[in-house]
Amino acid sequence: MKKRKERIDRGIKVRSSDIFALLSWREMLYLAAPRVLPVVACMALPILLDPYWQKVLLSVAVVALLAISWDIIAQTGMVSLGQALFFGVGAYCSGVMNHYWGLSPMLSIPIASVMGGLICTVILLPVLRLRGIYFSMVTLIIPLILVRIVEATKIFGGTEGLSGMTPLPSKWVELYLIVIVLLCALFGFRRMMNSDYGLVLKGINDNDRSVINAGINIYWFKAQSLFIAGVIGAFCGAFMTHVYMFVGMPVFALDYSILPIAAAVVGGPGTLAGATFGAFILVPLSEVLRGFGGLRIVFYGAFLVIFIVALPEGIFHYIQRKYHQFERWAEVAE
Amino acid sequence: MGENYFMLIGTSLYALINTAILALMAIGFNLTFGISGVANFAYGAFYVLAAYGLWGMLNLLHFPYPVAVALAVIANVLLGALIYRFVLLRVRGQALSEVIATFGIGLAILELFSYFGWVGFEYTLPVFLDKSFIIAGTYVDFQRLAILGFSAVLIMALWWFTHHTAIGLAFRGIAQDERTALTFGIDSDWIAMLSVSFGAGIAALAALFIIPLGSIAPGEGYDVLIKALAVCIIGGLGSTGGVIVASFIVGFAERFTDTYIGSHWTMIVSLAAILLVLVIKPSGLFGKQKELEERI
Repeated sequence: MKKRKERIDRGIKVRSSDIFALLSWREMLYLAAPRVLPVVACMALPILLDPYWQKVLLSVAVVALLAISWDIIAQTGMVSLGQALFFGVGAYCSGVMNHYWGLSPMLSIPIASVMGGLICTVILLPVLRLRGIYFSMVTLIIPLILVRIVEATKIFGGTEGLSGMTPLPSKWVELYLIVIVLLCALFGFRRMMNSDYGLVLKGINDNDRSVINAGINIYWFKAQSLFIAGVIGAFCGAFMTHVYMFVGMPVFALDYSILPIAAAVVGGPGTLAGATFGAFILVPLSEVLRGFGGLRIVFYGAFLVIFIVALPEGIFHYIQRKYHQFERWAEVAE
Repeated sequence: MGENYFMLIGTSLYALINTAILALMAIGFNLTFGISGVANFAYGAFYVLAAYGLWGMLNLLHFPYPVAVALAVIANVLLGALIYRFVLLRVRGQALSEVIATFGIGLAILELFSYFGWVGFEYTLPVFLDKSFIIAGTYVDFQRLAILGFSAVLIMALWWFTHHTAIGLAFRGIAQDERTALTFGIDSDWIAMLSVSFGAGIAALAALFIIPLGSIAPGEGYDVLIKALAVCIIGGLGSTGGVIVASFIVGFAERFTDTYIGSHWTMIVSLAAILLVLVIKPSGLFGKQKELEERI
């Protein structure tokens, strides 16, 4: 007797897929829980955690945002290996505005986000036509070379960097600013990717030539997607500049490129929620592994390989499937 | 004539050597990519791994030099094959998964070495012959001349290999059209595995020749990867002719900026060259074969 595994939608998923969800609390809870839980958790965590883990939460949120930014351009068919470019450009924009012109963080962070997004888009415009790994290669190189340029030309403090930025008013402002931005970005961009606009972006990833055939200028859409991702990444950089009160060459470090990719790959690419989820797993894990020092990055590398090979869909998709569907063994007719 | 003239000759000579170094660094990466389409981002890690392996065998285990060299190259070749067999084969054809997987492997290897902290002047490989010559008024040591010669020999050997041996022809067959090659009975997985192995082996040879000029450091791995990428992007990925021409362009541009402008600017020149080439001809100077795959 042969058996096969079959996967069937749970009854509750079917029942709650349209207006009948309003019939019972259970169905409403089933729909609301995955959306409300993260919001409640994010709002409650800053109060519940001790000061050390509050700092960790900051970096979780920053990595999650960078991973969302990575995921947006990845869904548009551009896999970047250099999120540090977005992060670094944003950090330098905000740092320069604050250091030389004395702009307050409340002004310099939003301006730096938009400016950083624009600058990154302009830097990457020449490579917009490249596809797949060709794009990845160029994005890997650019932040590494920008570091050398800062070193060579000694602009913006050169190797010393700029220090003495104005900090944000209090740590509560810091925490809630980044957490709220994270939630807005997560839910907002998830909505965007499910709209018609997002459909075009995903179409570019699936088959760019047929999108061209549909009479759509894919370069314009790719540039927009880059700009969106750039703004998110630049926001992270600008924000961290004011948290650390310092901007320098480390903002282009490989960490800011690797961590978001690792988070997105571990969590599950293609949903934004997976990327966020991955950040919430990886960053605290790396804090626990802090005793290993430099070995942490070795673990990231290993994680990347293991997940790409063994669980390419990522943890989020796996959980999502278990939530919506159940599996059972069914007999195969001979 | 006079001093300026000698400076020009000297710079040109060193630029030529720089070209050879760049070509040596890039050719392995290019070989792997050109044949199987696997962008081996662990290439820099293979280079550093071979260097440390060789260093360990010479200084800790006290193997004779030729034995150590042979073992280091063979170990790298085997490692390349293993990585292909157990990691890359499972994600074959998904270019981006390949990139992330090899990048992860490279990262793990390089960061492991920086964790050990094996950095310093004692971590270097012996030169072949401690001698230097004066050519047209410029001191050149034997090692640099050896690199120059070896690059030329390696490129010619590879050309001969890919044009006149069965495996080499199979390599080119897979590179041109994998499915058609399959119908001729060429096992594409086997050949792709060989291509990754060969790339890793060439990385070991490059380390053997280039490392004696400086010292071994995990950071070298990233440098080598960046230089290989830069040269391959400018030349057009998967094109051997492109690698040679691009090495000349980058090699001469770097040396001449170093001498006449300042050493900090060399990297910027490479970046400018990459961006310029990408703007004018996105598939690189000689990248024709797979134009539609790489750009649109």
